[in-house]
Amino acid sequence: MARYLLRRLLFAIPTLLGISMVIFAILALAPGDPLAQFAADPSVPPEVRERIRESLGLNDPWYIRYVKWLAALLRGDWGYSFASRVPVLDLIVQRLPQTLQVVGVAYLVAIFIAIPIGIVSAVRPYSLFDNLATTFAFIGFSLPTFFTGLLLILLFSVRLRWLPFIYDSTLKVVNWETLWLQVRQMLMPVTVLALFQTGSLTRFVRAAMLENLPADYARTARAKGLSEQAVVLGHVFRNSMIPVVTLLALGVPTVFTGAIVTEQIFRINGIGELLIKSIQNSDTPVVMAITFIFAVLVVLFNVIADVLYGILDPRIRYD
Amino acid sequence: MPEANPPVDNPPVGRAQLAAATRAQFTRPPRSLWNDAWRRFRRHRMAVAGTVVFLGLVLFVTCGPLLARNDPRAIDFSKSMLAPSRAHPMGTDDLGRDMLARVMLGGRISLAVGVASMLIAITLGTLVGALAGFAGGRVDSILMRLTDLFLALPVVPLLLLLIFLFRDALRRAFGPETGIFILIVSVIGLLNWMTVARLVRSSFLALKQKEFVEAAHALGIGEARIMVRHILPNALGPIIVAATLGVGAAIITESVLSFLGLGFPPDTPTWGRLLFDGQNFLDLAPWMVLWPGFLIFLTVLSINYVGDGLRDALDPRSRR
Repeated sequence: MARYLLRRLLFAIPTLLGISMVIFAILALAPGDPLAQFAADPSVPPEVRERIRESLGLNDPWYIRYVKWLAALLRGDWGYSFASRVPVLDLIVQRLPQTLQVVGVAYLVAIFIAIPIGIVSAVRPYSLFDNLATTFAFIGFSLPTFFTGLLLILLFSVRLRWLPFIYDSTLKVVNWETLWLQVRQMLMPVTVLALFQTGSLTRFVRAAMLENLPADYARTARAKGLSEQAVVLGHVFRNSMIPVVTLLALGVPTVFTGAIVTEQIFRINGIGELLIKSIQNSDTPVVMAITFIFAVLVVLFNVIADVLYGILDPRIRYD
Repeated sequence: MPEANPPVDNPPVGRAQLAAATRAQFTRPPRSLWNDAWRRFRRHRMAVAGTVVFLGLVLFVTCGPLLARNDPRAIDFSKSMLAPSRAHPMGTDDLGRDMLARVMLGGRISLAVGVASMLIAITLGTLVGALAGFAGGRVDSILMRLTDLFLALPVVPLLLLLIFLFRDALRRAFGPETGIFILIVSVIGLLNWMTVARLVRSSFLALKQKEFVEAAHALGIGEARIMVRHILPNALGPIIVAATLGVGAAIITESVLSFLGLGFPPDTPTWGRLLFDGQNFLDLAPWMVLWPGFLIFLTVLSINYVGDGLRDALDPRSRR
């Protein structure tokens, strides 16, 4: 197991290198100058601009810049943001908690809603409940998050005036009152993200359960005289969770990308909002870093999914 | 695949009537693969409803602008943010432009983006998958490595980045609208071919072992012809399903881009762009957001149902 894990992690390295090269190449090939904002600024003379270029290494050929960037990245030096002159790492560390909070809660909510619905749907396929759940799932993953977000704002903030529509990230939870405020402001972003995830998750749980319900071991369990509940929850559900857990791990990066839109709607100052702002400001170091973090997330959760699959399914051997 | 059961020639039975009856019984139209699929598709009620709705939407955006009374670009501040009425069934926007006309015009672009980027993704995916599955060996492992690399790319951040970086260059080269269209369509296509490639590869791997391919080889038919004429038609089912669902996904992606302000220019009213413009007037003119959002939802929902129906219909395991 440990050897497999090690090998799997080693295999992730070339992928990450490949991705970093792709991102770097895109940025290097792109027309446009990261120092364009200085060009428009008359108080920065051309000589100074040239010196800034030199100090940032922008005059080197791209492969030298790539190696330099990679070496610095590995040393933990992620460079400075062009726009705010703050270390990129600090910026990201500042923004990450808000994103993690919303994304994490939303994913948990989605999981806790989707699993029971999926189980009941599979146990009674094509019943009224299953049909309703299926319709709900189709609506869930056909509704784009930006539209659900605006609908919720329209209903709960504009019409009913129950919930705030701008997320206040300076809010510190110190007592019950502030906790209540935090819950209220998280309610809509979490609902938007969770609704989208619940739809597809329900379908996965249902499909996995349907595949296992007629299995031989389920018939054996029934023949032993186990109650239907024990068969479904104790035997079928446990085995059906193997592919679902893998999908859950694989889905984490998608939720993060979904957060980009949600943060934009509710003005949450998370990492997605930082990405959009940095793209608009041509803030290359920040864009590069965030895109790379997303790539690392994808690769990392791929490994996690593989390993989880092995732990959960004893039929899979690592030799 | 056998095209149909040939009509059985019954040995003549004494009574002519019986023979005629028997013949009538056996000469019903042959059941082909596509006929069967169509029969199964019709049985999926939501898929049929989805098809009808989707075709309706296509008609709405293609023929609608020809019949519309209002100019989608005519600015009239005296009509700013009027609620839906007889003259403006979907209301007007902040600049007094008719929402119905704008929604129809925008729908053309949204649907065109969806279909065009799906075509790019499917073509690329089929090419890569077919080559990998058919050639095997070295080619296969290199192509699959490439596919894995692309699968690990963070799609949305990269999309945003590519569009932001190359927007101005393409705008200069092809004009504001065509340039952005080419950029968005190719970028969405380039970042979404991987699942198709995997699907096609696995069908090709399975199919090239089949007897009919062996028979084609034995007849001396060339490799390329076997790939295109013998294997590809049999691998078409999953490709069609992926293509259908791809249109919906691409429409959503385009509207996300436009919604984040990185899509089409302001005077091109795609559905996502209309939502982006309308979000600041949510309290005064909710119809500016509701209509385009509802249309995106309706389009994607109908496409998803059609895809679901096609999956059931084209899956040979469910052949009845």
